[in-house]
Amino acid sequence: MALTAEDVANLARLARIELSDVELEVLAPQLDVILESVARVSEVAAQDIPPTSHALPLTNVFREDELRPCLPRDEVLAGAPAAEQMRFRVPRILGEEA
Amino acid sequence: MSLQYPAAAEIIRQPAADLGAKIKSGELSSVEVTRAHLDRIAEIDGELHAFLYVDGERALTSAARVDAKIAAGELVGPLAGVPLALKDILTYTGAPTTCGSKILEGWLPPYDATVTRRLLDHDIVILGKTNLDEFAMGSSTENSAFGPTRNPWDLDRIPGGSGGGSAAAVAAFEAPLAIGTDTGGSIRQPAAVTGTVGVKPTYGGSSRYGLVALASSLDQPGPCARTVLDAALLHQVIAGHDPCDSTSIDQPVPDVVAAARSADIAGMKVGVVREFRGEGYAPGVEQRFREAVELLASLGAEIIEVSCPHFVYALPAYYLILPAECSSNLAKFDAMRFGLRVGDDGVASAEQVMAATREAGFGAEVKRRIIIGTYALSSGYYEAYYGQAQKVRTLISRDFDNAYSQVDVLVSPSTPITAFKIGEKVDDPLAMYMNDLCTIPSNLAGNASASFPVGLAPEDGLPVGLQVMAPPLADDRLYRVGAALEASLESAWGGPLLDRLPEPGVAR
Repeated sequence: MALTAEDVANLARLARIELSDVELEVLAPQLDVILESVARVSEVAAQDIPPTSHALPLTNVFREDELRPCLPRDEVLAGAPAAEQMRFRVPRILGEEA
Repeated sequence: MSLQYPAAAEIIRQPAADLGAKIKSGELSSVEVTRAHLDRIAEIDGELHAFLYVDGERALTSAARVDAKIAAGELVGPLAGVPLALKDILTYTGAPTTCGSKILEGWLPPYDATVTRRLLDHDIVILGKTNLDEFAMGSSTENSAFGPTRNPWDLDRIPGGSGGGSAAAVAAFEAPLAIGTDTGGSIRQPAAVTGTVGVKPTYGGSSRYGLVALASSLDQPGPCARTVLDAALLHQVIAGHDPCDSTSIDQPVPDVVAAARSADIAGMKVGVVREFRGEGYAPGVEQRFREAVELLASLGAEIIEVSCPHFVYALPAYYLILPAECSSNLAKFDAMRFGLRVGDDGVASAEQVMAATREAGFGAEVKRRIIIGTYALSSGYYEAYYGQAQKVRTLISRDFDNAYSQVDVLVSPSTPITAFKIGEKVDDPLAMYMNDLCTIPSNLAGNASASFPVGLAPEDGLPVGLQVMAPPLADDRLYRVGAALEASLESAWGGPLLDRLPEPGVAR
């Protein structure tokens, strides 16, 4: 399968991680070895086996729709990298050319 | 170097159950006990590095409050006033929750985890937050952004992971109790390599609310202790239904304390997993495991060899399911609402800031797993990887169902080898993943499991753990087996295994 540094760069873009060239070179062969090893799962799992997404069977449960206190705004914003006017302050979300 | 006052050296070696009883009766005060442990931490943790944050002042204030409660004749639980170390992946207001990551360095959570809340409600004194592999990804605590924890048995070796800090703190008498979290072995493997007790409750048995998620379908908080009864008492405190966790089980907690006290395994059917032996297992691990199984037989258990043919596929399935879940869970570290933000210069876009922050804030193993997860979930590969891994998960559950139709519990070594040297496996992720070979099946099936100390490997003098696995909600069986082993082994050894622990700082 041989992942290239370019493949890893593409995956990193999808995962929103700005990897350096050095990291890409180190990661590609490491990920290749890992993926080759985990690909063994295809040896055993036949078509008719149902997938398990969760350890124990779950059924949806409902609760009364009651008002409950939420987290205090000041304390939540205190943990934010930047806050302004009692809100999270974020960098621009639109591109220049957009 | 000795402790400042003579009584302290004796206090820190006592089990939590004894400390709780003495605090309750007034023979000891919680302040005295808390101070003895804080002094121990001050004395040895510079070298051991089990703690990321020591909450000394608040611990002493809480201890004084418990003492006042007891003096006023208020009814308190068996662990009231007893100190505990909390893994730094569970939130506790007033102390930073870092998850061992630079991306959360210094972050103060606005709420308590349910586990934390229950500890506080039961008057347990929280000493501080313990070190871990970043976001619990690892088997050695070397992936902590704040430096590794050392194994008290040999300071050049790893204490296991991800909960190496909790296990080392308990083994080195910095705390009689600790909380761990187990996604693929992060409670049991550190317990095994430090000679302590660690229990992973049935998935859903203890609440994940306020536990920073690694893999939501696998994560489970549980107790770490030096004795089986102490683990059971702590299990009792933290377990039980929590409406804040949608996967929490709404059923009574199995009577783990009574099981730990009974230690009766006469007539119990114990299955030995055939697949977990041979190549890759250290001779001393196999020897101590075999001896422990013989001991169980001599105590009246019926030993049956059981085959779980798909367990060998648990590791590859896990290293697809976990990265898939973690790549999704860790998407929340986006530099917008909490933690680190870098490159916000007024020009860079949110997306650029996000990518730069995640590059700067995440360590190598976290990046590896996020990228594997992204790959496994990407269109074109989803069915071949994640889809297949989910089918393997079904096969592993069926192996367990088949085994439990013949036996009451399964046993295996907790981990194939004893503690290895710090740095030995950092550049070989696949070799590192092998540490969780025996522990992962239980997480994938969601049943209960534990590691108990069964001696030192003759070749290196390092602790060996025996893993017990029980069906979902049969957590009590773990404690019956563990307590039976503990009683017989300690009478053969003439005392607990940890009596043989070298003093930190003293060369072996």
